[in-house]
Amino acid sequence: MIDISVWFFISSALFLGWSLGSNNAVVLFGTAVTSKMVRFKTAAIIAGVFVVLGSFISGGGTTNTLTNLGGINAIAGSFTVALSVALSVTWMTKASLPVSTSQAVVGAIIGWNIFTGSPIDFATLSKIVLSWIFSPVISAVFGFLIFKVIKRTLLKWKIHMLELDSYTRIGLIIVGAIASYSFGANNIANVMGMFVSATPFKDLMISEMYTVTGVQQLFLIGGLAIAVGIFTYGLRVMKTVGNDLYKISPITGLAVVLAASLVIWLFTSQSLEDFLLNNNLPSIPLVPLAASQAFIGAVIGVGLAKDPLSINFKVFGKISMAWVVAPIASGVLSFILLFFVQNVFEQKVIDPIPYQITATVLHRLDKEEIDTKGLADLKDIRFTNNKVFKNQILEKHRYKNEHLFKIFNYARIDSFKIDSTLVNNELNTDEYSPEQIEGLKLLHGTAYSHKIDFENSVFSGREEWSYSGNKLSDKIIDDKKQFLEELFRVRK
Amino acid sequence: MFLKKTKKLESQIDEYLDLVIKGGLVFKLGIKCYLENLMEEFENHLKDLRKIEDRADDLRRNIEIKLYTRTLIPESRGDVLGLMESCDKVLNITTETLLEFSVEIPEVIPELKNHYLQLSESAIACLENTVSGIRSYFKNYDAVRDYVNKVQFYKKETNKIAEQIKRTIFRTDKSLSKKIHVRYFAFHIERIAELSEDVCDRLAIASIKRFE
Repeated sequence: MIDISVWFFISSALFLGWSLGSNNAVVLFGTAVTSKMVRFKTAAIIAGVFVVLGSFISGGGTTNTLTNLGGINAIAGSFTVALSVALSVTWMTKASLPVSTSQAVVGAIIGWNIFTGSPIDFATLSKIVLSWIFSPVISAVFGFLIFKVIKRTLLKWKIHMLELDSYTRIGLIIVGAIASYSFGANNIANVMGMFVSATPFKDLMISEMYTVTGVQQLFLIGGLAIAVGIFTYGLRVMKTVGNDLYKISPITGLAVVLAASLVIWLFTSQSLEDFLLNNNLPSIPLVPLAASQAFIGAVIGVGLAKDPLSINFKVFGKISMAWVVAPIASGVLSFILLFFVQNVFEQKVIDPIPYQITATVLHRLDKEEIDTKGLADLKDIRFTNNKVFKNQILEKHRYKNEHLFKIFNYARIDSFKIDSTLVNNELNTDEYSPEQIEGLKLLHGTAYSHKIDFENSVFSGREEWSYSGNKLSDKIIDDKKQFLEELFRVRK
Repeated sequence: MFLKKTKKLESQIDEYLDLVIKGGLVFKLGIKCYLENLMEEFENHLKDLRKIEDRADDLRRNIEIKLYTRTLIPESRGDVLGLMESCDKVLNITTETLLEFSVEIPEVIPELKNHYLQLSESAIACLENTVSGIRSYFKNYDAVRDYVNKVQFYKKETNKIAEQIKRTIFRTDKSLSKKIHVRYFAFHIERIAELSEDVCDRLAIASIKRFE
């Protein structure tokens, strides 16, 4: 039985999901509904169902990126971060700005990182920020091309206006459903991402064949919250925000939503990522995008295809400003709220993580050419407070954030114990080679206090775990390593 | 399957436009009979034209109701209905003009008979090209421009012929009342071309809006 307090903490995520749904319904079906091509009720049912399906079935991809950015491990911390996002999103919607929940979420997680003294993973952050810049640009290119193709096809095929009307309606429904699915899969990370490291749900076995994981249950609830947002408040947002920006003709709307949903799918699809990796092509990062950004990018692309002079760049400038303000505002709000939750309500916003610099940590840092001269003094001292550990390290040397992040990562005390029973029960012989399984069994009973010790012992220098050079098979090996790490991690 | 109702409405719109074309042809025949003093045939043509007008009115209302109740082409239905209504006005004026011939029996001097024939030919050419333009608006959007240009050309021709009729009649020794009477009929036929051009102006704007 789940503690009632857990529901209280998750309520902020549900509020965030509701607000995400109500804001983004306009992106998914705004043009279809405001142009009277599709009734709101029909649109809301389709959007709701596909958002839930998308978040439940394909919601995992982008979540990893968010958990990399900030592994919020205490439920009160997740609650506060989700609440600050929901509040800043609601505030910006009131100010009639096309708000981006993804940006607000990233801002709030950074706020948590700063408040708790956790180092920021700039590699992941830059990946996310770059995707924010690229997604509207790619959307604009797609929008431009799709509109040109549609117009040329219509002129060539000479479809009667009334038939075209029927096709457009069907097109808007199908594209809206695809957009809703992609949106659910991509944006569920925003709603539930910060709860993944602290999920209160246990795996639920439906049958011998199928188990719904705790994370999937979280995503299902989050997806439902988004759907409720679409039903209850979507129409109102469509009527207010929808009139200025989203009132475009149905065919234009079709091109725009199709372009935006393709872009969201590009940044969400694990299958596409696998395909690109398998062909040794650079993959597209799986990042939670702002649906509104993709949409506005597509509107500009279609505008350029029609008449470049028709675009009001002043309005675009105002919208772009909101994209910068959103993460900063929610980051500041998150920092302030975390302060209150921790000091006034005396809630734990971070589970203390112990750190200890060991010989293997120093060796690894040396190997990566990170200065370890001062760190030798801290060797074997156990730290239980992020901030104290950070200050001690920085006193020794002014490390770059990137190096600091690595020191934190390697020095983190974890607990792993290899158990051959788990190897027998949990590892599928189709996926793991006999050498891999045997190698693990030989290590039965070995325990490790650091992740790098575990990695050195289990994977390093072993033929069966070496990389082949093919990006997809290397990724599969990485995924297996991550799975084993989770499997043998000793839970408190 | 889902296009069944749409196809039916499409054929109704086509039928309506066919009626407008037919109305124009009947008008031309009516004028010809009047000028040749075949009054019985003339009256029959007038009757036919009135029937066509009634049928076109019913059909137009039916189409309007369907477009609104089924919320079809929500972005363009204002334009479509506007086009059909203004097209209907042209058909009404055509019927009214023929009726006025029947009621007022204007005396057309022999040297103007040919001019009157040309005038009605040219005015109805305007109407026919307008209808073709509307058909293209639904299906072959690229061709609208050609029809709009044709309508503008025929409208100018109509104006020239009407002007010639007026100049000729006012240079005869007929009484002023007769001169004014004949001028009035030239003016009425000319109105068919004027109104057709108005429909075309709407059509030109509506076709630009199609891919907005």
